[in-house]
Amino acid sequence: MGGTGAEKPVLIRWEEREGVKTPVRIDGRLPEQLRPIRIEVGVLGNADGSALVEYGATRVLAAVYGPREAVPRHVALPDRAIIRCRYHMAPFSTEERKTPAPTRREVELSKVIREALESVVLTEMYPRTSIDVYMEVLQSDGGTRTAAITAASLALADAGIAMRDLVAGVAVGKVDGILVLDINEVEDNYAEADMPVAMAPSLDKVLLLQLNGVLSHDEFIKALELARKGILEIYKLQKEALRKKYVEVETSVTG
Amino acid sequence: MAKIYVSPRTIVVPGDLIAEGDDVEVESLFIEKRGKKFYATITGLVSVEQAEEKYRINIIPLEGAYIPRPGDIVIGLVEDIGLTHWEIDISSPYKGILTVQEALDKPFNPVTDSLKRYLDVGDYVVAKVIAFDRARDPLLTIKGKGLGRVTEGSIIEIKPSRVPRVIGKKGSMVNMLMKETGCEILVGQNGRILVKCPSKDIEEVLILSIKKIEAEAHTTGLTERVREFIRKEREKRGV
Repeated sequence: MGGTGAEKPVLIRWEEREGVKTPVRIDGRLPEQLRPIRIEVGVLGNADGSALVEYGATRVLAAVYGPREAVPRHVALPDRAIIRCRYHMAPFSTEERKTPAPTRREVELSKVIREALESVVLTEMYPRTSIDVYMEVLQSDGGTRTAAITAASLALADAGIAMRDLVAGVAVGKVDGILVLDINEVEDNYAEADMPVAMAPSLDKVLLLQLNGVLSHDEFIKALELARKGILEIYKLQKEALRKKYVEVETSVTG
Repeated sequence: MAKIYVSPRTIVVPGDLIAEGDDVEVESLFIEKRGKKFYATITGLVSVEQAEEKYRINIIPLEGAYIPRPGDIVIGLVEDIGLTHWEIDISSPYKGILTVQEALDKPFNPVTDSLKRYLDVGDYVVAKVIAFDRARDPLLTIKGKGLGRVTEGSIIEIKPSRVPRVIGKKGSMVNMLMKETGCEILVGQNGRILVKCPSKDIEEVLILSIKKIEAEAHTTGLTERVREFIRKEREKRGV
């Protein structure tokens, strides 16, 4: 994807580890390693549901309002709820100020995230209402859309909205000919390919799949398998975070 | 024979596998059957009962909006006045409709009379849901014993999903609260609670204990803990 004109950094170093030549990434991770992930649920008091998700330095806040009366009324559907999504990057989230007006990219991501969520939320349980999902990227270091969708599904679950499964997302990239999991900003800038994937693991369905760059057929299959592995890991953390909110209360009162 | 994958009274989250097999009965809207497997679709407490070769599974949601059901007693706030009806906020995605026929015993003529005289914007009412069919907004009535405009007391708002816990099994929690505090308590299914207390001090204790129940709704042994809490608070405050 070209790069930014500046000199390309060394993205993959080959190191000797336990007698085997191993590729090591620019931040010291192995190719199949996720960044440290932190998930917190119920971080906002005014929202019906909320979540904060961090993939390394990427940090996304999601808030859910609803089901509530759809305003304006004519957008409501008689048989199910509508889901409205807003993916937005804060002006301070990037190195250089990003204009706060929604860009073409943000409009597109809002749409694909909405479509991913529509296939898990049981919208027919809440006719004539709207479910509003706001995702705010607080700090961007690559993989913001996948972190956003992970946060959004947690916020929906936290709001008590019925859904078939949680959604988790992660991006796979191809850097210097090597497939790497959960690529960060630097890797993304010089990558040959970047493939964000979101899945509903217990449904075993892919809900979002985009590919920027070029992968061969074999690479694509490997990349998807790699993404699934990462997603399963994140999915476990999601469930843990959701339960933690209640377990903490329980241990604080019953000891 | 069915397989159960969860232990009773644990917290499940969307996508959790609860049970598998033919002899499983589902009591909740929030359990989805896919093939022979049963999955949770909401965050809640799961309960499993075994009755004559059958497993009965249920989820009590821990979060979620209030969805009206016919027969529910709700506490509403008058939001708007139409020509022959009131629009009532029942802290739900759907607003309640109270028609004049369901409010007054006498014939009403909008030309000579105004609905404002009976219920004004900002009034609280205790109402019953008489019909709700997803296609139209819930219809309310205030005709009946204990229903009508709220003239005294305070309203406490909690999450609607915590209402069953405030009421308790067969009303055990709310009865305990009334006995311990001497207040009159009416719990609306929509998460609004009307309390009438002998004094402001005791009301404060009651509000704190209701908030405690709301926060700890998913824990066990709550009734006893709240009873102790009330006694301690009363002693501390000397009321």
